[in-house]
Amino acid sequence: MREALDQWDFVLAAYALGGIGTLALVAWSWLAMRAAERRRDETRGR
Amino acid sequence: MHGFANPARFLRIARWLTPALLLAGLLLTTASLAWGLTGFPAERLQGETARIVVVHVPAAWLGMAGWLTIAVASLAEMVWRHPLAAIAARAAAVPGAAYTALCLASGSIWGRPAWGTWWVWDGRLTSMLVLLFLYFGYIALAQAVDREGGSSRFPAIFGLVGAINIPIIHYSTIWWRSLHQPPSITTGGSAMAPEFLVPVLAATLGFSLLFGGVVLARMRALLAEIQAEARLRRKAFEG
Repeated sequence: MREALDQWDFVLAAYALGGIGTLALVAWSWLAMRAAERRRDETRGR
Repeated sequence: MHGFANPARFLRIARWLTPALLLAGLLLTTASLAWGLTGFPAERLQGETARIVVVHVPAAWLGMAGWLTIAVASLAEMVWRHPLAAIAARAAAVPGAAYTALCLASGSIWGRPAWGTWWVWDGRLTSMLVLLFLYFGYIALAQAVDREGGSSRFPAIFGLVGAINIPIIHYSTIWWRSLHQPPSITTGGSAMAPEFLVPVLAATLGFSLLFGGVVLARMRALLAEIQAEARLRRKAFEG
């Protein structure tokens, strides 16, 4: 007998993974860029 | 292409292009994901799980596009000595690996209800997993070269040789028997119904804009680190 699967569980899991993963990637790259540029600008003033 | 070889000119363009790409990408991706969840009916055979195509196809495209970016940038670095090429290749590695992992994960989630299994060792899935390991190898090699001061040609050669996996991924469902379907979207047309095709194309464009914005942000970060280190060394010599 095949187990009953709720298809929406799989759909929502895939969308959550795509959405959260992409947001995390964008936030990480933006914050890393800002921090690196701030460090570079600080070396100008030293 | 050589017009952008000057880092100052690149930064002038990247300063406004990075937030523009990220903002446009976030808006289009959010709209297309909402469209994928609610904007079309369940598919006749696969039911609701067909909606996963809106996440899975852009992730697969960007996983491969990321490596193509590495390969083209590596070629530009080796042939034309383009000063930003090595930075562009390194910047594409992490987002490329992230979308390859998302492709594998979303495909696995889709495979469970569609095929009855999370994973099979067939040509398409295995070659995509090989791509993820190639990304890990490239990231480790590029970091080691940057840290130890080796030749930047080693990651470039690795990037070019690894590109052989891209046509293997593309043709894997034609060359070998696979549970995975053959390519639905080709240069000759689409096997998808328009109500699925349009949100898939919109999501692909949205995720691609985000990918472009992330690569530019990574390039700016890597360039800033190089400039800061060069300044500190110069001052140390002068002092």
